[in-house]
Amino acid sequence: MEPSETVADVLEMQSVVMQFGGVTAVDELSLHVGKGEIIALIGPNGAGKTTAFNCITGIYQPTSGAVLFEGRNLRGLSPDVITRLGIARTFQNIRLFNNLSVFDNVLIAMHLRAKDNVFSATLRLNRKEEARMRAETELLLREQDLFGLKDEIASSLPYGLQRRLEIARALATRPSLLLLDEPAAGMNPQETQELTDFIVRIRDQYHLTIFMIEHHMDLVMQISERIYVLNFGKMIAHGTPEDIQNNPEVIEAYLGVTEDA
Amino acid sequence: MDQSFHAMGERRRNIVLSLCLAGLLLACCGYLQANKYEYNYAISIIERSLIYAVVAVSMNLVNGFTGLFSLGQAGFMAIGAYVTAILTIPTANRPSVYYISGIHPWIENLHAPALLALILGGLAAAACAALIGIPVLRLKSDYLAIATLGFAEIIRALIAAPMMDRITNGSYGLKSIPGFSSIFQVLALAACSIGLMVLLINSSYGRMFKAIREDEIAAEAMGINLFRTKELSFVISSFFAGISGGMLAMFMRSIDSKTFQVSLTYDILLIVVIGGIGSVTGSVLGAFLVTAGREILRFFDEPFFLGGVQVPLFRPGFRMVIFSLLLMIVVLFYSKGLMGTNEFSWNSICRFFGRKERKKQEGRVPHDGAK
Ligand SMILES: Nc1ncnc2c1ncn2[C@@H]1O[C@H](COP(=O)(O)OP(=O)(O)O)[C@@H](O)[C@H]1O
Ligand SMILES: [Mg+2]
Repeated sequence: MEPSETVADVLEMQSVVMQFGGVTAVDELSLHVGKGEIIALIGPNGAGKTTAFNCITGIYQPTSGAVLFEGRNLRGLSPDVITRLGIARTFQNIRLFNNLSVFDNVLIAMHLRAKDNVFSATLRLNRKEEARMRAETELLLREQDLFGLKDEIASSLPYGLQRRLEIARALATRPSLLLLDEPAAGMNPQETQELTDFIVRIRDQYHLTIFMIEHHMDLVMQISERIYVLNFGKMIAHGTPEDIQNNPEVIEAYLGVTEDA
Repeated sequence: MDQSFHAMGERRRNIVLSLCLAGLLLACCGYLQANKYEYNYAISIIERSLIYAVVAVSMNLVNGFTGLFSLGQAGFMAIGAYVTAILTIPTANRPSVYYISGIHPWIENLHAPALLALILGGLAAAACAALIGIPVLRLKSDYLAIATLGFAEIIRALIAAPMMDRITNGSYGLKSIPGFSSIFQVLALAACSIGLMVLLINSSYGRMFKAIREDEIAAEAMGINLFRTKELSFVISSFFAGISGGMLAMFMRSIDSKTFQVSLTYDILLIVVIGGIGSVTGSVLGAFLVTAGREILRFFDEPFFLGGVQVPLFRPGFRMVIFSLLLMIVVLFYSKGLMGTNEFSWNSICRFFGRKERKKQEGRVPHDGAK
């Protein structure tokens, strides 16, 4: 029934539950993301989408259930370890290193593959390593059309560029799975269209699997292979963009709400 | 190519300017040193400033560059100071130092040259920091301030405790500590310590410290191990606090537990805040300003007569009132300190003067030099 089941799953969530005190933010969520897919997670505000991302990236430990990445259970791993395994993410409320330059923002993310220690770094015995990180940073910034801004302070960039920089920084960790939390938030239709093409382009260029939370339906419907719909922490629908567009429950729970908002 | 040529010229200019400045400072120090009996007072102010500059930069490393709030500086300085003192007091003088309760046999003949003693003092402080850091740095950063403040007080209480009499000489303190033979020793130690910290701050590890300061969650999402990186910053900072404590012991020649009260930490915090949280240059400037300022304001403590009438406020302690007022003014009107997060650089200084020059020239020859 599902074309992707033949593809090896990069990410799998099995009955993940996340409770905060009495609130169940994510309730028995099961989903899977195949290699190379672009998958969307949609749902009204407060549905538990960001919480699901936080369960994947180790910011929260799920109350129960399991998250598997390339077949490996992520339980108990901290966010930095999970990033090292190959999951990178952006944040709904952009989290750049605000007072640092564009270049340093990306350079910092390059460090997770560096073979140096605090002594060699302080005494500048890691010149080769440092030069490699800088060269890779330059290359990535050029590829993302951000090189001209390399000396700008991150917080001084316009909003759209901050989002681009945040994605570039995530790419610097060399992920195989990229999680995007509302990448088009605050963008106008033209910017959203550019972002849509951009997402497909980086998927192809860096051989990524992309799992994204998004409210802009044009973007979601255009590029997602499959869509999961969350409402009050529960998955209420799952399928291709056409399936979802015609699903009455989704229209009531979600599309109705966005029209109000 | 034009640009790189320009950068190379700038670089050479900066090296020349730096050498000139260093030469000038060394010449000044040499002059003071040559006339050390005459300039005793100035030398002691400079030496104390240099020692405070080391500990201020170390505090800035944790508080300004890593974004943790640590208040343990006095405690780490005390460890460095006592280790240095115990290891360097000449064995012949020890009976007279420990004349009340005697000296513990373990340390009776334990002696090390000053430089080794300083490094061991720094390592002891670093080891204590590592132990505190393990439980505390896993918690939210607010706990660090309380834990380090408590730690510093415990260290002070331990030093003064009767059961430590035969090691720390209890409340009598330690004296006969060999001092520095010249201002150059202090200068060299301070320059090496601060130089190493600057190299660290500008290294790939320094960038990780700053990333944590900017946003812990984002830093972690970039693969930075929060605990290990914070612990590293905290331990290195404490190492240099220990070094400066040892230097303070050598500078003062005699120490006791009161030297390392919480007020010492506050003094250093003040230096860091006045200089600018996140600026090494600021901490160094702040160390000189605060240390010298204290001394210059000393006349407020002396009785002051105006037309034969004694002005009532001028008495011991008034100096500190003035000092606190000045501090409040600085914090209120220069909330980022003197330097903010900026550093000294020849380029910015040249740009500053260059702009003035250019304005003058433009005034005279309006249509020239529009390259
Ligand atoms: N750390 C937390 N503590 C308590 N409640 C939380 C926490 N994080 C999220 N929640 C709750 O979980 C629910 C889902 O939030 P979220 O995942 O941010 O929704 P979405 O991203 O779909 O808009 C909300 O009701 C929110 O208040
Ligand atoms: Mg959200």
